[in-house]
Amino acid sequence: MVDKIIVDHLSLQYADGTESLRDITLNIPANAVTVLFGPAGGGKSSLLRCLNRLNDLTELRTVSGKILLDGENILDPKTDVIALRRRVGMVFARPVVLPLTIRGNLTYGLELAGEKRKSRLEDAVERSLRLAALWDEVRTRLDDPAIALSGGQQQRLCLARVLANQPQVILLDEPTSGLDPISTGKVEAALQELKKEYTILLVPHSVQQAARTADFAAFFLQGELVEWANGKDLFTHPKIKRTEDYIEGRFG
Amino acid sequence: MDKSLSWREYIITRLVRVSGYSAIIFVILIFFFLLREGLPALVEVPLKDLFSTRWYPIEGNNFGILPLITGSIIVTFGAMLIAIPFGIGTAVFMSEIAPRWMREILKPLVELLGGLPSVVLGFLGILVLSPYLRVLLNLPTGLTALAGALLLGGIAVPTIVSIAEDALDAVPYSYREGAWAMGATRWQTIWRVTLPAARSGVLTAVMLGIGRTIGETMAVMMVTGNAPVLALALTSIFHPVRTMTATIAAEMGEVANGSTHYHVLFFIGLVLFVISMAVNVAASSVVFKSKKRAERVLS
Amino acid sequence: MKKASFSNRDIVQRAGFSLLTLVALVTVIPILAVIAYVIKEGAPAISWEFLTAMPRDGMRAGGILPAIVGTFYLTLGTAVFSVPLGIAAAIYLAEYARDNWLTRLIRIAIINLAGIPSVVYGLFGLGLFVLFLKFGTSILAASLSLSIMTLPVIISASEEALRAVPQAFRTVSISLGGTRWQTIRKIVLPQALPGILTGVILGLERAAGETAPILFTGAAFFLPRLPNSPLDATMALPYHLFVISTQVPEMPIQIQYGTALVLIAFVLGMNIIATVIRSRARAKRQW
Repeated sequence: MVDKIIVDHLSLQYADGTESLRDITLNIPANAVTVLFGPAGGGKSSLLRCLNRLNDLTELRTVSGKILLDGENILDPKTDVIALRRRVGMVFARPVVLPLTIRGNLTYGLELAGEKRKSRLEDAVERSLRLAALWDEVRTRLDDPAIALSGGQQQRLCLARVLANQPQVILLDEPTSGLDPISTGKVEAALQELKKEYTILLVPHSVQQAARTADFAAFFLQGELVEWANGKDLFTHPKIKRTEDYIEGRFG
Repeated sequence: MDKSLSWREYIITRLVRVSGYSAIIFVILIFFFLLREGLPALVEVPLKDLFSTRWYPIEGNNFGILPLITGSIIVTFGAMLIAIPFGIGTAVFMSEIAPRWMREILKPLVELLGGLPSVVLGFLGILVLSPYLRVLLNLPTGLTALAGALLLGGIAVPTIVSIAEDALDAVPYSYREGAWAMGATRWQTIWRVTLPAARSGVLTAVMLGIGRTIGETMAVMMVTGNAPVLALALTSIFHPVRTMTATIAAEMGEVANGSTHYHVLFFIGLVLFVISMAVNVAASSVVFKSKKRAERVLS
Repeated sequence: MKKASFSNRDIVQRAGFSLLTLVALVTVIPILAVIAYVIKEGAPAISWEFLTAMPRDGMRAGGILPAIVGTFYLTLGTAVFSVPLGIAAAIYLAEYARDNWLTRLIRIAIINLAGIPSVVYGLFGLGLFVLFLKFGTSILAASLSLSIMTLPVIISASEEALRAVPQAFRTVSISLGGTRWQTIRKIVLPQALPGILTGVILGLERAAGETAPILFTGAAFFLPRLPNSPLDATMALPYHLFVISTQVPEMPIQIQYGTALVLIAFVLGMNIIATVIRSRARAKRQW
C-alpha cells in the first residue's frame, strides 16, 4: 500500500504547556481508513490539526520533525497553507454549519478559491451531497438555511462541504460523538465508500467505532504513539500490554 | 488569481492595522494640541494669579481659575449626591426586584434618558426647573448650582444605572441561592451578598458617572447662572456658579486667537482632559467583566 | 409553607422594596414627563411651514429648516469619517490584535477618548481643524471634531458585535482554505452587521445632539442661505435651541419648545431604529 502521509519524528508543545506530542513516527496509507484512538489528552486531535496546519492558529512553543504529504514536508514555512487546507479537509466533533444556505455551505470552499462558474458550483453541490449520502434528503431544499437540518444531517453536510473542495485527505475528529446510532451508521458507511477515492484519518469516539471502521489503527497514550498496525491485528492481538488494557476497557 | 488575492489582502490588512492604532494617535494629538495652546498660559500668567480667586478676563488679567474649579466641584458633588443613590437604587430595583417584563420596559427607557441631548435638558432647566426652584426656595434667582446639580444628577443617572445593572446581573445566581438557602431574606441578600459581589462594577459605574458629570457643558452652562464666584460654603449651592466647561463654552467664541485669554481657556481644557483621563483610567483599571460593558461605558 | 406572622425581617424587606420601587419610579417618571411635556408644549408649533421654511424676524417666526438641514449634514459628515475608521479599528481589535501591551494601550486610548468632555473636542477642533489646517468654521471642521468624539462608541459596539460571532465559524472557514480577511468578509462581518449598525446609529444619534463640539468649529446662529459646501458654516438644531433659549430676547416660547421637540424626535427616531434593528437581528440569528 502506498503511503499518503508520513509523520516523521513529530514533537509538539503548546505555549501553555498542554497536550504535547512526543516523537511520533507513523505512516498513513492512501485509500484506507486509519484510526487514531486512545484516552483523552493523548494528542490525537493535535496530530490531526498538524496535518492541515490548523495548529497555526494556536500559540505553539515548539514544533519539530516533519510531516510528508506525497513526499513534501508540509511543516516547512514556505508551504502554501491555503492550498494544503484544500487538499486536507477536516470534519469537527460538533457539526458547525456556516450561517448560510445548504447550497451556500457547500459552495463556500470553492468560492474561497475563486470559482465563479455556476455549472461547476452546481456540480460540486450534487456530487458532494451524493458522496455524503445526503442528496436524497435535501435535494428539494438546497436554499433553506443549513441550520434547519437535524444534527446528523448537519454533520453529513459538513462532510459534504469538505468533499466539495475535492480534497485528497479527509480528517475526522470524533465526527459522530453527538449523533444518534442511525446517523452514526450512515457516516461510517459513507466513510467506507469514500476510502476508495480518499485517504481517511479518523479519531473515533469509542473503541468499538475504532474496531468497526479501522483498516489501520494507531493507539495514542499521553502524547506517545504506543502501537500501530493493521486494524484486525491490533484489535484482536494487540502486542503491547497498555494497548490491550485500553481495548479491554481496563482504563479509559 | 491567487497572487492578486494576497496583494489585495495585504493592503486591506495594513489599512485595518493602521485604523486600529488610530485611537492612540488621536489621544496623543489631542493632548499635544491642548499642551501647545494651553501651556503658554503658564508663561503669560503668573502662577499666583492663575490660582487666584478672581476670574474676570474682561477687566485686565484676572485669570484666577479657582472659582471655576470650585464651581465644577460643587456641581459635581451635588449631582453625585443625587445620582448615586438614585442610580444604584434603580439598578438594584431593575436587577433584583422588578419582574422581567418591567425590566424590559425600564431598560430602554433609562437608555432613552441617556440619549437625550443635554441642551434639551438645559433648556427645560431654564424654563421649568429654575423658576420652580426660585419660587420654592425663595431665592433671588433659580439659576444656581443646585439647578445644575439636579440636572447633572439626572444626566448621570442613566450611566450609573446601565453599568451598575450589568454588574449586578453578572453576579452568579448561585450566590443568591446560597444566601436564601441559609435563611436570608431577599432584602438581606441584596445588601449583604449581591451588591458586595458586584462591588467593582458598581464602583466603575459611579466613577464613569462622575466623569460624565465633570465633562458636561451645555446643561450646566444654561442653568448655573454663570457667575464665577468662589463656591466654598455649603450654602454656595444656592448661588450661581461657573464651571470649567461652561467657561470654555461661553468665552471661547469671543477671544482673539493667540491672546492670553485664549491660552488660558486652552489651559482649562487641558486641566479637564487630565482630570477625565485620571477618572477613566481609574475606572477601567477596576476589573469588571461584563458582556455589555463596552456598550454601556460609552453610552 | 405560608408565613403565618410578620417578622421583623419581613417588615424591613417590605419597606426596603417599597423604597426602591419609589426610587425607580422617581428616576423613570421624569423621563416620560420630560418627553410628554415637550410634546405638549411644542406640538402646536409644528407645522409644515415650521419644518421647511427659513426663519424670519430674528428667529422669532418662520421655520427652522436650515437647522434641520444643518444637523442632517453634520450627522452625515460624522458618519463619513467615523464609520469606516471605527469599523476598521474594531476589526483590528477583534480579529487581528494579539493580547499584548500595544493592544492594551489601544483600549486605554479608546476609553480615554470616550471620557473626554465634549467641550474639549470643540477646543481641539478649533485648534486643529479650524485654525491650524485652515478649514475655517465649517461643516468639515465640525464633522471631524464630532467624528473623533463618536469613534469610541462605534469601535466598542462594533468590536462587541464581531466578537459575538462564534469562533467555530472562523475555524471552519480557515480549514476550508480561507484567508483571515476572506473569513471576515464572507462570514464574520455579515453576521456582525446588525450589531455594528446599532452601534453606528447610537453613536450618530449622540453626535446629532451635541452642541459643545460644534460651538467653535462649525455652528453659526444665522445664515441667510443653506450651506452648499463642506467649507460653509451651518446652523444646527442643538445650537439653535441653545441660542434661542438663552440669547434671543422676546423669543416665542412655543417656537423654543417646537425646536426642542424636533431635536428630540430626530434623536429618538434614531434610537427607535437602532432598537428595532437590534431586536430583529436577535430573532433572525443563525447560531
